[in-house]
Amino acid sequence: MSMSDTVRMSGRRRARSRKAVATVLQFLVVVATTYLGLLAVTFFIGRVIPIDPALAVLGDRAPQHLVERTREAMGLNLPLYQQFLLYCRQALSGDFGVSVLTTNPVMTDIRRVFPATIELATLGTLIGALIGVPLGVLAAVKRGSIADQIVRVIGLVGYSVPIFWLALLALLVFYARLKWVAYPGRIDVVYEYTFSPITGLYLVDALWQRQWDVLRDVFRHIILPASLLGYFSLAYISRMTRSFMLNELQQEYIVAARAKGLSEARIIWGHALRNAAVPLVTVIALSYASLLEGSVLTETVFAWPGLGLYITNSLQNADMNAVLGGTIIIGSVFIGINLLSDLLYRTLDPRTRAR
Amino acid sequence: MSLATQTRPLTRREWLLSDRPQSRLQARLGRAYMTWRRFSANRLAVVGLLILLGLCIVAAFADLLAPHSPVIGNLAGARLLPPGSEGYLLGTDDQGRDILSRLIYGSRLTLAVVVLVAIIAAPVGLVVGAAAGYAGGWIDAVLMRITDIFLAFPKLVLALAFVAALGPGIENAVIAIAITSWPPYARIARAETLTLRNSDYIAAVRLMGASPTRIVLRHVMPMCMSSLIVRVTLDMAGIILTAAGLGFLGLGAQPPLPEWGAMIASGRRFILDQWWVATMPGIAILVVSLGFNLLGDGLRDALDPRESGQ
Repeated sequence: MSMSDTVRMSGRRRARSRKAVATVLQFLVVVATTYLGLLAVTFFIGRVIPIDPALAVLGDRAPQHLVERTREAMGLNLPLYQQFLLYCRQALSGDFGVSVLTTNPVMTDIRRVFPATIELATLGTLIGALIGVPLGVLAAVKRGSIADQIVRVIGLVGYSVPIFWLALLALLVFYARLKWVAYPGRIDVVYEYTFSPITGLYLVDALWQRQWDVLRDVFRHIILPASLLGYFSLAYISRMTRSFMLNELQQEYIVAARAKGLSEARIIWGHALRNAAVPLVTVIALSYASLLEGSVLTETVFAWPGLGLYITNSLQNADMNAVLGGTIIIGSVFIGINLLSDLLYRTLDPRTRAR
Repeated sequence: MSLATQTRPLTRREWLLSDRPQSRLQARLGRAYMTWRRFSANRLAVVGLLILLGLCIVAAFADLLAPHSPVIGNLAGARLLPPGSEGYLLGTDDQGRDILSRLIYGSRLTLAVVVLVAIIAAPVGLVVGAAAGYAGGWIDAVLMRITDIFLAFPKLVLALAFVAALGPGIENAVIAIAITSWPPYARIARAETLTLRNSDYIAAVRLMGASPTRIVLRHVMPMCMSSLIVRVTLDMAGIILTAAGLGFLGLGAQPPLPEWGAMIASGRRFILDQWWVATMPGIAILVVSLGFNLLGDGLRDALDPRESGQ
């Protein structure tokens, strides 16, 4: 290798590393501004829209001196920008105030209920991806056939049906009439006091502690809400899979693979799906994020003690601290998954890597 | 030569499809005709259109169509009657109100929510996107960053929080949904604007001395309309579902308004025994949002042949 080659190489490497640094910096700016935006909006909702947030906490009939003290304690007498800075500092340190309803700090409550939502959304996404991807592949391969039409209808109905209504009907059919699943809730009352969860993900805990009867009971509780959420992510995932696969199947490398005499199964699953998998990862991540959000309505119907039910309960009791805390947590996770899937896409797809 | 062809009068179809239109009107009608042909070839899209026309008709003539009052029920003699009871085709709810009549009047609320959100959110997104795309530079960067921030938020949860602060009610539900649904329109309008801004006709308008405001308002925005209409139509189903979800949680329309989501919520208590109270409004929501989805798919294929087929 000549001298000039080495110089050019190191120059290129330096350019590449500079580009990588720029990408990381850009990413950090995006994360920071998005999160700041979330805080600004929730601040606006909690502190600016209500005429007097102190009254919102105390009620209309609070005596004057109490109102004054609360205003002082909440920092409401400060200028708005100082209030916002204070709000940001508190939110970033995980302090969302005290829930009026439960009298616990909001963060403690959220830590208690969040695993339930995670468990539900994860199982839902698993169901959606494991069924949705093959369905989408099938629809793309047999384009225009009856199978394609059926997959399309399944997707369309998934996009159009109100989730809480479908949940009610599912309860009516599978719990009340067929008695296949357990009643709303997370675990049977019998086990409520004998079973001590560690992680809060009951399926994992029961498996870990080898409590098979608990595992069965937990499964009977979770399967219906998880299947419903799974159906919604299935509608989205199968539609996107179909469109990605159609795109791949038109490419020339597929023709080349056929000409080489590869089996059709190998071409579809080994070549086309593998290339479609990169954008699919993004789709699945996004559907996971939307399930976290969509669980608000599902949890209400199934009395599932997760973050969604916590938020709606607090809403109904005008417990603004809890509502905003929950919103910020769901928003943060949502933003995090959004950005992460973006990052994942960039690292997984060699074409988008810095050249 | 032109005299020879003019001797035979043109049929209406030929007049529409003429590749040498004599007037602006003819050209416009011709294009509309082509779009309609493409659209109506898609049978499902026509079904969607019919569903929505039906919704509009039902909403307009609710007073004539509804057999009973939507809010005043017969508490004494008609509580929780099953579907098919005499005089109550879809049964009655716990207050003795005819469910069919409530559904018919509820179509007005659904339509109102959809139309209001569309006329609030779509213009906001259009203006933001077109301005960002045309101006470029730091204006573009700032506006799009704000758009992306809003795009990264969870829509339903944010709408919930907004309604919690503003207080329950259908107007506040509309505002909350509109606030959370404009960003995609801004993205679309910006993308369209970027492809347009360097085109010759924009350069020509600029040479004639048109101000940037005029160019954006009169020459860029109209070109963004078709893709925007498609997107808005496709979003309608989601808007209906969000509004129904808010209604279900008791944050949307307040009783005794016959909002479909709220009707499901009130039927929830009787779901095990009187299933129809909650089931019927759900079917109505499903049918209407299905109609919007079908229509949106059809419109996309007809107006935007680039994206169709897949």
